[in-house]
Amino acid sequence: MKSLAAQGQILAKGSEQIRLLETLPINGFKQLNFKDRLKEMGAFPLKPTGIDVFQVNLGKMCNQVCKHCHVDAGPDRKEIMGQDNMRLCLDAIKKSKAKVVDLTGGAPEMNPHFRWFVEQLSALGKQIIVRCNLTIIVSNPKYHDLPEFYKKHRCEIVSSLPYFTALKTDAQRGSGVFEKSIKALKMLNAVGYGIEETGLALNLMYNPAGAFLPADQEALKIQFQKRLKEQHGVVFNDLYTLTNLPISRFLDYLIRSGNYQAYMEKLINSFNPAAARNVMCRNTLSVSWDGFIYDCDFNQMLDIPVACDAIHIKDFDREKLSSREIVTNKHCFGCTAGAGSSCGGSTT
Amino acid sequence: MKTYYNPEDLKKFGDIGEFQQKLANKFFDYYGEVFKEGALTAREKSLIALAVSHTIQCPYCIDAYTTDSLEKGCDEEQMMEAVHVAAAIRGGASLVHGVQMMNKVKEISM
Repeated sequence: MKSLAAQGQILAKGSEQIRLLETLPINGFKQLNFKDRLKEMGAFPLKPTGIDVFQVNLGKMCNQVCKHCHVDAGPDRKEIMGQDNMRLCLDAIKKSKAKVVDLTGGAPEMNPHFRWFVEQLSALGKQIIVRCNLTIIVSNPKYHDLPEFYKKHRCEIVSSLPYFTALKTDAQRGSGVFEKSIKALKMLNAVGYGIEETGLALNLMYNPAGAFLPADQEALKIQFQKRLKEQHGVVFNDLYTLTNLPISRFLDYLIRSGNYQAYMEKLINSFNPAAARNVMCRNTLSVSWDGFIYDCDFNQMLDIPVACDAIHIKDFDREKLSSREIVTNKHCFGCTAGAGSSCGGSTT
Repeated sequence: MKTYYNPEDLKKFGDIGEFQQKLANKFFDYYGEVFKEGALTAREKSLIALAVSHTIQCPYCIDAYTTDSLEKGCDEEQMMEAVHVAAAIRGGASLVHGVQMMNKVKEISM
């Protein structure tokens, strides 16, 4: 499977995705936008609470081509962050006073400067999250020592695993992914990840393999822990649930499968004001491979930069960014549906 | 094309109160209570509802509880096993009446 970009699909463009989100009818909700809901609860304009998490997307290159990927990542994507922008990020991270640096992709480890960047962050004393797709660890001998490297820098590992069976996992993430993921999880467990007393956090990220909302986070965690332990001898710490947002390949899937209207209706009907107050964009900044700043990783994929004049990492300005208005659109209903959704799981 | 069942009607379930609000309120309150986490988990209740939906062959219920089961973290294998439970009970209910047939045969046969 190729990325939408490599296929030359119009949905590879953020502007085209926004056009569709704004014009495709959603039964009775055609005119409703996210701002209306925020206004109803007195939360418009949406403002940041601070910059606690500095998320850096190290590139769209990935060894997997997941069907739902909002980044449209894959082996055919060559956009990765260079060391020049990484240096600018390090300066910005110092200025931001963020405690947590969240590294994502693509597969962030495929960036040739990944290890250097982690070492620099580690020297700054930052809490580092690596969003590891698991299979990268077993994909090539040069990555086999990643668990040791993560351990050395006390990185928190957050790994996607849509289910505890091969059928559902492979349906979303590609043939053979489940088996490789289990192998990688065992390698992480072997160095102490996922084991309570080591303090090495291994957290799983669940997102539904289709046009439906995630299950209750705590109930799902219990199921995953039981099944992965009993059937594979694998342990982990926490499980985060994430709602699929109508962006990129998942938007393409929704439209092609005829699920768009019903899914959007579900997201809108499930709007939860408590989740809207806790959306991650209020305490997170997201930086793209080419150094632009966004309210979140989702806005990044839609090419919606922050609404202030410090839109590039070279112009990072904590004060300006802290007082900006967060840019929202219909896709934001994904983060406010039901129990809420974020890179750190449910928000209520 | 007109059909007896329209998937869009499922969303109008709440409208039954239009003709009798008091009873509708009582029903929906009860319904909500039944599906809350209790001695059984919400996930277990969803699988029971899915099985019952197949037994009563209600297309609205099958649609609703297929989605609900997925949203409670069930997978296809578990859901199909629930349908087999419904099928086994339905099949068994027919077959156990075979005893009645056998009794009658024996009663009227030499």
